[in-house]
Amino acid sequence: MIANVPIEVTVNGARRALDVAPNHTLLDVLRDDLALTGAKECCLVGECGACTVIVDGRTVDSCLVLAVEADGSEIMTVEGLADGGVLSPLQAAFLDKGAVQCGFCIPGQLLSAHALLEEHPHPTRAEIEEGLAGNLCRCACYEQIFDAIRTTAEGADR
Amino acid sequence: MHPFQYARPGSLAEAVALLADRGPDARVLAGGTDLVIRLRDGSLAPSLVVDVKRVPELAPGIRVDGGNLVIGATTVMTDVAADVLVRRDFPALAEAAAVVGSVQIRNRATLAGNVCNASPAADTVPALLVHGAVAVAAGPDGTRRIPVDDLFVRSGVTTLLRGELVTAIELPLPADRIASAHQRRTRRRGHDLASVTLTCGVDATGTTRVAFGSVGPRPLLRLDTTGVLADPASSEEARAAIFETIFADASPSVRSMRAGPQYRLAMLRVLGRRALATALERLAAGEPA
Repeated sequence: MIANVPIEVTVNGARRALDVAPNHTLLDVLRDDLALTGAKECCLVGECGACTVIVDGRTVDSCLVLAVEADGSEIMTVEGLADGGVLSPLQAAFLDKGAVQCGFCIPGQLLSAHALLEEHPHPTRAEIEEGLAGNLCRCACYEQIFDAIRTTAEGADR
Repeated sequence: MHPFQYARPGSLAEAVALLADRGPDARVLAGGTDLVIRLRDGSLAPSLVVDVKRVPELAPGIRVDGGNLVIGATTVMTDVAADVLVRRDFPALAEAAAVVGSVQIRNRATLAGNVCNASPAADTVPALLVHGAVAVAAGPDGTRRIPVDDLFVRSGVTTLLRGELVTAIELPLPADRIASAHQRRTRRRGHDLASVTLTCGVDATGTTRVAFGSVGPRPLLRLDTTGVLADPASSEEARAAIFETIFADASPSVRSMRAGPQYRLAMLRVLGRRALATALERLAAGEPA
């Protein structure tokens, strides 16, 4: 039996002290220990992006990060985007533009889009394509997703 | 995922001691984008995982030191691709780092990990070979500098000894700049491993270096010292003849699912021509990118 390891993380602004198994991923711990089920388990090889979360300001595939590796870091999940139950402009734009169909990939899409807009407040088409290349959508809503990101970027000026 | 112990050494000596003690039963964890996949699918089952991200000697960062650009072992692809010095002096490396996986992968995957994983398809390795990169390896018997070309044996196997780990990648800042360009083919941009990955570098003395991967058990570096490839006035026929010798040892596996051997061999020649054209443009312009 291998002992759990104590870690401390900040998740969506709240400090959390946890005991995690070394062979559990950040995705496992977010979903199973913290009940943050926005991040989805899907391909488990870093291709689909459904498990995307933001660690210390950068998007990662949480299925490829061990929970122990996240010790001391600041984590943002899709649950951290809305403010007091009010959707963020990006989330609202996803709904407005019909970017959300089945919804499974959307938490990951939103966080990749969020990180993209943090880095490029006015992304070009190419920057959007590259920024979202790690997030697959089986409903093929790519154009609607790109449109929502453009709309959010334009709206930020007003 | 099978159970394993996790160690997070706070010093290089501690990391080396752990790896020397446990040998193949321990695996180094840097970015984890290759390792965690293999821990999960069971193709690796170490009893100990050694996370080297808190070892100060392996800290991320890119700096000039004694005629080299030194890239710390845990520097991630995102930072390699964005670095001003890498982009100016080693443009193929910046280009290669920028096409590894997706944003999420590049935010975790490290340059040294890409080298040590020893995949024949490693995107950054052809660029490192063309630019004469050296891996700094620390081990129980001290530190040695291994040319990246001498590091590869075959897929997943390096010449690193028991207890050794790479602390940094050094790129010699050349007196004669090598103008370089990277090219790759994949089935889908944003995720896939390379079906062919290639870098071409040309310098003012007329030497052309071509390195390529995913067409055999390890990436290969070949030189053209005839000056034919570096001469913008050379005919297509003359260049094609040189490329035939350069690619003579390419031997893509018939078993790989990503692309058939005929396709890879054909694309190798196409990418060779394209990368050479871009490298020549960059040499002529005096500006790498």
